[in-house]
Amino acid sequence: MADETLDCKGLICPRPLFETLKRLKKMDVGKTLEVIFDYPLSKEEIPETVRKQGHEVISMTEENGVWRITIRKMK
Amino acid sequence: MPKATIVLFSGDLDRAFAAFLIASRAAAEGWDVVLLFTFWGLSVIRDPNKKAPQRKEFAPRMFDMMMPKGADDLRLSRMHMLGLGTSMVKKRMSAKRLLTIREMIKEAKEFGVRFYACTVPMEIMGIQREEIIDEVDEFCSVGKYLEEAKDADVNLFI
Repeated sequence: MADETLDCKGLICPRPLFETLKRLKKMDVGKTLEVIFDYPLSKEEIPETVRKQGHEVISMTEENGVWRITIRKMK
Repeated sequence: MPKATIVLFSGDLDRAFAAFLIASRAAAEGWDVVLLFTFWGLSVIRDPNKKAPQRKEFAPRMFDMMMPKGADDLRLSRMHMLGLGTSMVKKRMSAKRLLTIREMIKEAKEFGVRFYACTVPMEIMGIQREEIIDEVDEFCSVGKYLEEAKDADVNLFI
């Protein structure tokens, strides 16, 4: 289980990414965040951007068009 | 990190939306972003709750009356249709749970976008510093903008 969960279902680009980045900013280093979203473009955009910012993508799964990505804040 | 400057010359809802979207997206990735408001774009950063000293001259009074009073008052560049088109697009944006322009201003600041307002068109139109939103970091000349733009990777004029 991730430390925090962010439900972005129903949100379109760029909301899921922006909400993810804003939440990560508020969290402590080392904590994990699970983001749930259903906007297909976000499945590339979110992991790419958080990796570029130095965070770790722990896992990403998809079920019936709903993605769950778990990110660890690294810095 | 890359750098971007965006000149928002237009005061249209759709163009302002695009400008804030690009600015925030770049800043969210860690880019250094400058957003310069000039001419009609100044209406985006007028604060309807702030009272500027009464304008005495005719032209500035006309501009005050005719220009949108802030981010909530913008119109579409096309298909405004006496307000019907604009109100439909605003409803669609809200149905899609997108932010309003006012909220996009706040978010852009959260991501670290720097806001500049160009003073020359402010003089021409009689727009005063007292009626500009607090989010604006600096009132500047074209020279200051060029200083920022010359080493930027992306420069846009919207």
